[in-house]
Amino acid sequence: MAQTEEDKLLDEVTGKSYEYGFTTDIESDTIAPGLSEDVVRIISAKKNEPAWLLEWRLEAFRVWSEMKEPEWAHIQYEQPDLQAISYYSAPKKKKELGSLDEVDPELLKTMEKLGISLEEQKRLSGVAVDFVIDSVSVGTSFKEKLGELGVIFCSLGEAIQEHPDLVRKYLGTVVPQRDNYYAALNSAVFTDGSFCYIPKGVRCPMELSTYFRINEKGTGQFERTLIIADEGSYVSYLEGCTAPQRDENQLHAAVVEIISLDEAEVKYSTVQNWYPGDKNGLGGVFNFVTKRGICHRKSKISWTQVETGSAITWKYPSCILKGDDSIGEFFSVAVTNNKQQADTGTKMIHIGKRTRSTIISKGISAGDSQNSYRGLVKILPSAENARNFSVCDSLLMSSTCGAHTFPYIEASNPTAQIEHEATTSKIGEDQIFYCQQRGIEEEEAIGLIVKGYAKDVLNKLPMEFAVEAQKLLTISLEGSVG
Amino acid sequence: MLKIKNLHAQVGEHQILKGLDLEVMPGEVHAIMGPNGSGKSTLASVLSGRDLYEVTEGSVEFEGKDLLDLDASDRAREGLFLAFQYPVEIPGVSNINFMRAALNGKRAHKGLDPIKGKDFLAKVKECGELVELDGRLRDRSVNEGFSGGEKKRNEIFQMAMLEPKLAILDETDSGLDIDALRVVSKGVNAMRTPDRSFIVITHYQRLLDHIVPDYVHVLSGGKIVKTGGPELAMELEEKGYDWI
Repeated sequence: MAQTEEDKLLDEVTGKSYEYGFTTDIESDTIAPGLSEDVVRIISAKKNEPAWLLEWRLEAFRVWSEMKEPEWAHIQYEQPDLQAISYYSAPKKKKELGSLDEVDPELLKTMEKLGISLEEQKRLSGVAVDFVIDSVSVGTSFKEKLGELGVIFCSLGEAIQEHPDLVRKYLGTVVPQRDNYYAALNSAVFTDGSFCYIPKGVRCPMELSTYFRINEKGTGQFERTLIIADEGSYVSYLEGCTAPQRDENQLHAAVVEIISLDEAEVKYSTVQNWYPGDKNGLGGVFNFVTKRGICHRKSKISWTQVETGSAITWKYPSCILKGDDSIGEFFSVAVTNNKQQADTGTKMIHIGKRTRSTIISKGISAGDSQNSYRGLVKILPSAENARNFSVCDSLLMSSTCGAHTFPYIEASNPTAQIEHEATTSKIGEDQIFYCQQRGIEEEEAIGLIVKGYAKDVLNKLPMEFAVEAQKLLTISLEGSVG
Repeated sequence: MLKIKNLHAQVGEHQILKGLDLEVMPGEVHAIMGPNGSGKSTLASVLSGRDLYEVTEGSVEFEGKDLLDLDASDRAREGLFLAFQYPVEIPGVSNINFMRAALNGKRAHKGLDPIKGKDFLAKVKECGELVELDGRLRDRSVNEGFSGGEKKRNEIFQMAMLEPKLAILDETDSGLDIDALRVVSKGVNAMRTPDRSFIVITHYQRLLDHIVPDYVHVLSGGKIVKTGGPELAMELEEKGYDWI
């Protein structure tokens, strides 16, 4: 069990398909492309899931079958053929490469620029080295330490087997199956993801990460994450990876649910760098994600995201501020270049009294890309004295890109205070020239200016992530001034 | 140091410099005066490599190199510094990080390793004291929310940090009160050495009371029309430009 689990995770990390035939049962364990109720049943059976979960998946499938793909977002694409996807693939052994020489040099160049160590480069690009053993042992001691505190951090698949009551109690409570087209699809066919539970009053002593140096990664096509912070607990959770992630799966439809119980705090940070496609946008990943958290009394959820990848990003990490005095935050930097399209933002739903939310969104558009901020601030009648403060800024790097802002404000309580600031500016030639005159080359100058622009958001990231994210911004915008 | 021959430059269709000649030797301070629109700031922009301006004729040699062949950052790395008339704000980029990027860019150009943190900070302290630049200003975003005087002091601070061979001060005195003018001039004078040259562009003689030039040139209609010593500035102050 342990072995196959690890192999599967490794496979999901690299997303490479198996080509060389070290084992023989691979092909027979991949089901034919297409989606039907039977397929859902097969997935659930393969994963040895309890009956209630199969029922839950089937309900999602039925709802999904009635739904239509949404068209309101400011993005244009050809709808992926969902019947052409195979929804279950047995754990595969990744294709092992002999040395870094066999890795795509573009990929290596980028990783070098990011300052990723040689060992890490090998790991990320799937070169066989003995660090795997290291990383397992690191992962093990990591787990032991968390175990002492009662923190559960494992794959969702494992949690379904080991902690079914917790999963059953919370799964789908924040993002119900019928929430939207892609969330419904995910609910029906999700393969794996991460699960995290922080017990009452525990302050998780380390950043929990789905990629960092341990193989808890669940980068499946339909990933599902469930985070539960019990009363008075705290956790900082990191998702994603600054290294470019290539994947043969064009469509990614993940769901993240966060439950922040009374007086708990969850900080969720993402760096998303899926393959954006080539200069013409061909071959990039479609990233349709539903992320939402619910805040109970005096609790807090903070979303921080740096989005640089994907051909299409459709993503609105949101907070339902249900409990009195709860706080929701959203800090975002979204970069689009070439033909990339992003429609991203947040929803802050104020239900409890004295609930507060802050939104800081920094869009950077370059090339021929389209970058939209879409946000909803909704104050329900029950939300006495709710407050919101929003800033959404757009920075244009070229004359052929687009930046759009769609703020929606619905206030149903007269005591609400809502502030919204928005700016759009073109990167200043004066600023670039000023830097150049001091001996800073143009590319570096742009990096400096953009980092300065995004600083308020980058500062919210955990330290080690922030440094890589800064470099990533610069790399994403290389050659983009026009 | 710098040899400008028959320089012609234009913005769009508008011809601004029309055959300017100027030679600056090491250690010399040249003041360039002239009425509004005579081309003073254009000269500063052309020398520092601003894209906006197109050189249509003439040549500029800097330390034996064809200056017009280099892009703006390479000119800076070769030792040319421009103190801006209107220093630019860069939100979110701390003054100190900005200087480190600049200094290391210059060092890389010379094949040197990045400066050590300790040495860098010592240098920042030294140069900051020179122009009485408040410690808080060094940590704040580049020029953001600085007063007019603080911005100009920051320019001189940056000049001291980068130790150029040739510094062009473009109307550094504009918008300065007497005290700030004194501080800025003190900083400039402290940097005068037998190897370092200055081109001081100004409208007013008062700056030249503090920074005493070796030569004063009058620029008019895109050309230097008169050259003299410091006494020429006095005369201009008294009689105005029409006198020429």
